[in-house]
Amino acid sequence: MNDSLLVVLIASGVAYGTPLLFAALGELLAERSGVLNLGVEGMMLVGAVMGFWTVERVHANTGLTLALAIVIAAVAGTVMATIHAFLVITLRANQIVSGLALTIFAGAVGLSSYLGNNLKLADVPAAHSFHTLLPKGMQNLPVVGPILFGQNILVYASWLCVIAVGLYLSRTRPGLNVRAVGESPAAADTMGINVTAYRYAHTLAGGAFAGIAGATITLAITPQWVDGITYGAGWIAIALVIFAFWRPELCLVGAYFFGALQALAPQLQARNISLGPTVLWSNSLPYVMTVLVLVVVSSGTARRRLGAPAALGVAYVREEH
Amino acid sequence: MREITKRFPGVVANDGVDFEAAGGEVHALLGENGAGKTTLSHILTGLYHADEGQIFLSGEPVAFQSPRDAIDAGVCMVHQHFRLVERFTVAENLVLGDRRGAGRRFRIDPRAVESQVRELGRRYHLPVDPHARIWQLSVGEQQRVEILNALYQDARVLILDEPTAVLTPEESETLFTTLREIAAEGRTVIFISHKLHEVKAVSDRVTVLRAGKVIATVRTTDATPQSLASLMIGHDVEATQRTARDLGGEGAVLEVRDVWADGDRGAPAVKGISLAVRAGEIVAVAGVAGNGQRELAETIAGVRPSTKGAIRVDGRLLKRGDVRAAFDAGIRYVPEDRLGTGVSPSLSLAMNLELRSYRESSLGPFLRLRRMRANAEKAIEEFDIRAPGPDVQAANLSGGNLQKVVIAREFSGEMKVLIAASPTRGLDVSAVATVHSYLLQAAGRGTAVLLLSEDLDEILALNDRIVVMYEGELSEVVDRESIEEIGLRMAGETPGSSDSA
Repeated sequence: MNDSLLVVLIASGVAYGTPLLFAALGELLAERSGVLNLGVEGMMLVGAVMGFWTVERVHANTGLTLALAIVIAAVAGTVMATIHAFLVITLRANQIVSGLALTIFAGAVGLSSYLGNNLKLADVPAAHSFHTLLPKGMQNLPVVGPILFGQNILVYASWLCVIAVGLYLSRTRPGLNVRAVGESPAAADTMGINVTAYRYAHTLAGGAFAGIAGATITLAITPQWVDGITYGAGWIAIALVIFAFWRPELCLVGAYFFGALQALAPQLQARNISLGPTVLWSNSLPYVMTVLVLVVVSSGTARRRLGAPAALGVAYVREEH
Repeated sequence: MREITKRFPGVVANDGVDFEAAGGEVHALLGENGAGKTTLSHILTGLYHADEGQIFLSGEPVAFQSPRDAIDAGVCMVHQHFRLVERFTVAENLVLGDRRGAGRRFRIDPRAVESQVRELGRRYHLPVDPHARIWQLSVGEQQRVEILNALYQDARVLILDEPTAVLTPEESETLFTTLREIAAEGRTVIFISHKLHEVKAVSDRVTVLRAGKVIATVRTTDATPQSLASLMIGHDVEATQRTARDLGGEGAVLEVRDVWADGDRGAPAVKGISLAVRAGEIVAVAGVAGNGQRELAETIAGVRPSTKGAIRVDGRLLKRGDVRAAFDAGIRYVPEDRLGTGVSPSLSLAMNLELRSYRESSLGPFLRLRRMRANAEKAIEEFDIRAPGPDVQAANLSGGNLQKVVIAREFSGEMKVLIAASPTRGLDVSAVATVHSYLLQAAGRGTAVLLLSEDLDEILALNDRIVVMYEGELSEVVDRESIEEIGLRMAGETPGSSDSA
């Protein structure tokens, strides 16, 4: 029963969807504060390479090394996001241009490949990687076993993050403030909320999440490093935020859906089922998503209809003369 | 406030202003547009910093670095453009500014605030549903939320900047009652306005500002509207009064039949409007902002495509949503948003004047720049545009001169229909008079004029006929001198027919 296509698809959807979920949560935080960051792909790749580098270089026990790797990846993502934050919040540069530049600068054939190749990370298996956490007995339970219990700790951590982000935005004072900053910075400013600080904090948090998302790929899903290992996951994550109407719980659903899509082609192949050129469309998905994201974020009407934060992508200038 | 001076590049907005308001009074700040009222209030609320001078609150000198400092000290302002988060509920908006009660805790529960909102609403006759989201509320209700917000912060000084601009006459009456009650509790209410009868109706004292200086502070009971007007303007005013004229039995030049059009959000904003304007007639469309007036004007001008219905000029049907066709048919349009829609701010004055006619006057693909400048110089002369020259960027012109540029451009060619949307908003008195004289001149030349305005005085002064627009529909005003009837229709009610007997 646990080998049935549906169960396998859902289980691997959860696994493959986790990096998407982390990245989408981060992007959601940034966008809720009004900062659009199209640099997710680049931040993820830098996180991926730095996380992998940590497990190759640090010689401590597995748990400690992996924890450190996640922290390093988060820091790497944050550093990347700082560049974007400085450009668009302090210098008020165009957010779309700056985000694209970040992805080009940090992404495949950019900073991340330089780091990976220079640190000689290619073609080596990960010294440590994330494995399933719970006892085999639980994993073998029908249906729920592989889906819920056969996952690594990052999956469970991502669930906690979804709950935390959801409660943060709906139930806490800073959460209310950040929503106000994203919707109407002028109103927020009048109420004494520091628009700049909130935007910086959430853009950087978005970077940390993207870094972790990258490390999830190199340390849990395919424990190795190759150039451009995210294969457009960053773009799917940004699209996810839009499809999820900027709500964390819907990000989770969407992430697992796209995760399952990724798993679909190899699973069908393994079972000798032919559904036409499945590989073609599942491989082209990231590019389709990229186009879609760019269309939606650059069309004001589309954004308003979907319920984007009203001030998304708009720099804030206090109207002092 | 003592000796407040604030300079902006090129102007002294406040020049040694002394202003004082006591607890328990409604103090009106009266002045024309550009007299420095708003600047003064922005200094008082920490949005601007005074270049010179001192602010005292209950005898203590204070220095507000930001609006937040002012709010913490109990000075709150209701802005002309509300500072509310549209997608938040009323309760969430109140929590946002709160630093004492619910807002100090990390975890918030907007529900706890809701009962407080209801309680405050009852006490001050400001009923609003705390669950409602701001975008669902009418403008009048949104203003109530702003006032509630100030009261929720326990404001000691409440400043309202032109609060009645967005209200119907009746809503204004209710607001005045509320303001008196707030003042009766010992709070100070500062009421900024340029409308004499409102100032007379609500305030205890009036301070008159002119060109950045305080002219006088008087007790309201000692002042008459005439004395206030001459203080405000510096000389006596003659009101433009239009007498009803016989237009004969001429047919309509502009004929609008059952026109529908969508607003920016996709919902119908103009709902089945039929309207006819005869040659030489000024039809005034009154109404509170946001009832579809802008959309109606844009639809007739061809900027916004109609979804249904027909627009005819001299009996000829216009292609819908075609600006060029509308212009060629003789429709001229003075849009509401001068700087954004009326002109291209970064182009020169000369180029802006040519925006309608460059096709005819250019030589193939090339513009005739010299001729363009010559034409501009002629227009500067003819329309008395105060500008350094034809090459000045439109963005650098003042509102009144900008409007003259728009008028100079639109008055070209055979003008059969003129649509003027809020043509005098934000202009000073002399510019208003100029614009009015152009409108009258156009009507005198036999143009059918459609004037859309929120300013009742303007409408009363210029109209041959008044219609009121409410929620996308028109109703004809029977008695064009009855402010009461216009007011009722602006609120969406039809006056009872009982007194017609």
